[in-house]
Amino acid sequence: MELAQPPTAPLSDGGAATTDRVLQLAGVTVDLGGRRILDDVSFSLRAGELTGLIGSNGAGKTTLLRVILGLLAPTRGAVTVAGPDPRHSVGYVPQKFMLDPDLPVRARDLVALGIDGHHLGVARPSRERRERVTRMLDAVGAGRFADTRVGRLSGGEQQRVLIAHALISHPRLLLLDEPLANLDLRSAREAVDLLARIAREQRIAVMISAHEMNALLPVMDRVVYLAEGRAACGPADEVVRADVLSRLYGHRVEVIRAGERVLVVAGEGDDAEPSHPHHHDSEER
Amino acid sequence: MQALLHAIVEPGFFADGAVQIAATLGGVVAVVAGLIGVFTVIRSQAFAGHALSDIGSAGGSSAYLAGVAPLWGFVGISVLAAAAMEQIGVQRARGRDVATGIVLGVGFALASLFLYLGMTYHNSSGEIPTILFGSVFTLSAANLPLVIGLGAVALLTTLTLYRPLLLASVSPELAAARGVHVRVVGAAYLFALAITVALCDLTIGAILSTALLVGPAAAALRLTDRPHRAALLAAGISLACTWLGLLLAWDSFYWPPLRHGWPVSFFIVTLVLAAYLAAGALARGQTKRG
Repeated sequence: MELAQPPTAPLSDGGAATTDRVLQLAGVTVDLGGRRILDDVSFSLRAGELTGLIGSNGAGKTTLLRVILGLLAPTRGAVTVAGPDPRHSVGYVPQKFMLDPDLPVRARDLVALGIDGHHLGVARPSRERRERVTRMLDAVGAGRFADTRVGRLSGGEQQRVLIAHALISHPRLLLLDEPLANLDLRSAREAVDLLARIAREQRIAVMISAHEMNALLPVMDRVVYLAEGRAACGPADEVVRADVLSRLYGHRVEVIRAGERVLVVAGEGDDAEPSHPHHHDSEER
Repeated sequence: MQALLHAIVEPGFFADGAVQIAATLGGVVAVVAGLIGVFTVIRSQAFAGHALSDIGSAGGSSAYLAGVAPLWGFVGISVLAAAAMEQIGVQRARGRDVATGIVLGVGFALASLFLYLGMTYHNSSGEIPTILFGSVFTLSAANLPLVIGLGAVALLTTLTLYRPLLLASVSPELAAARGVHVRVVGAAYLFALAITVALCDLTIGAILSTALLVGPAAAALRLTDRPHRAALLAAGISLACTWLGLLLAWDSFYWPPLRHGWPVSFFIVTLVLAAYLAAGALARGQTKRG
C-alpha cells in the first residue's frame, strides 16, 4: 500500500538524519479480535521533532502507541526503538489521567518514581536525587505544586507532573496519548508550547496523539495521519491535502482551510460511502 | 497515687503469663497489619481484605473440625481465597468487586458447615466466638515462631515490591509502560495481604480482622502524604490500639458482669475507630491552620 509510505521521501535521506532516528515502524499490522486495527503502518521519528499522531476516535491511535510501548505485539511488521535499553528509552503520558485526591503521593514522589519506579525495594533518599526531581519539576513549570498530592491538582497540572515523570529518565522518545483532550484552550496552548520546547531543547522525539490537529498545527514538524488503520506521514502541508487523505480514507474527502484552522470533511457528491461521513473538526467529542 | 495507678492498670497485668504472650503476639500482628494495610487502603482493596478475613472463618472452623492449630486454617484458606480472587479477575475494578463478593459468600457458607460439624463432633460450641471474634488471651506461646515467620514473609514481600507496587497503585498504565509486570506485582501483594489477614484472624477474630488492617492505615493516611511515613505511623497506631485494648480488657474483669472480662477485640476495634476519628479531626485542624 503506497499510502503507508510517506508522500515525500525524507526518511531515507541518510547521513546525520539517520543517526537521529529514534523510532522506526516498518509494515506494522495489528489484528485484534478478527478486526484489522492497523494496516501496514510505516514511519520513523527523529530526535528534536514534534510529531502529531492525528486520527478520529477509533482510528487506532492508542493501539499504535501501545505497540510502540511494547505492550502489544504487532501481528506483522517491526518496531525499532533506538538505544541500548529500548523499554526505558520511551516516556509515556497516558490518556485522561484522573487520580484519587487522597492518594498519598506528592507531585515530587510521582516524578521520583519516574527515575526508578520499576526497580525493586525502597529508594534510598539523597540530596542529589531530591534536587534532580526539583529541577525536573521546575523545567516543566510544576515547581509550585511539587509538594501537593497529585490527585489534588487540576488536569493541566497533573499533566505537567506526568510529563516530568516521563522525562526524568532521559527518554529518547516521549509519547502522549490525547494530552489536549481535557484541557481548556489556554492550558492546551501552554502544553503544546512546553512539548515543542522539550523536543527542541532536549533533542528528543515527541509524538502527541490528537483527534483534532488545529492546536498542534503551529508547532508540529510532521504528521502521522491515521484513518481506516492506514497511515500517511510527512510535513503537515504535504499530508493534510484532499488527494492524500482521500486515498487514505478510500473515498473523497475535502480539506477546508479557514484562516489558521484546517477542517477535514467528507467530500460532496461522494458516492463511495455516502452513509459514512467523516467530520474531523473540534466538535468531534 | 498507687490507688489511681491500680485503677488504671489492675495489679498483675504485666506479670501475668497470658498477658505477656498476648502482648507479644498481638504486638507483632499489629505492626505487620499497620505496615501492610497502608497499601490496602492506597489500592482500595479494603473490600478484598474484608472478604479474605471473613473467609478466614471457614479456615479457622475447618482447623477446629480437623483438630489442628487454627492459624494453619486461617493461612491456608486465606492464601487459597486470594489465589481464587486473582484468577477470577482481581486486576479490574469491577471484576475485583464481583470476584471478591463471590469468594466471600463461599467462605461464609463453608464456615457455617464446618462450625456445625465441629459442634456436632466435638460436642462444644466454645470455639465459635474465638474463631469469629478472636481471643488473644487464650493463645499459647507456641504460636509465636509461626506468627513471626509469616509476618516477616508478608513484610519482605511488600518491602521488595515497594516501588513498583506504589507506581502500579498510582496508575497501572504508567507502571506497565515502564515494564512493570502489573499483574504479578498485584498478585504478590494479594499474597502478602492474605497472610496478614490470617494473622489478624488469629488475634482479633475473622470477623473483625479488617478493622486492624484498614483502620490504622486509613487514620495514618489522613495525617501524612508520604506512603512510608504513613506505614510507620499506621504500625504505631495499630500497636497502641492493640496494647491499650489488652489493658482495658484486663481491667474489665472487674466490670459487670464481674469476673468475666469483656472481649479484647471489642476494645481494640473501638480504639481503632477512635484513632481514625481523631486523625480526621486532627487533619481538619491542620488544613484550617495551614
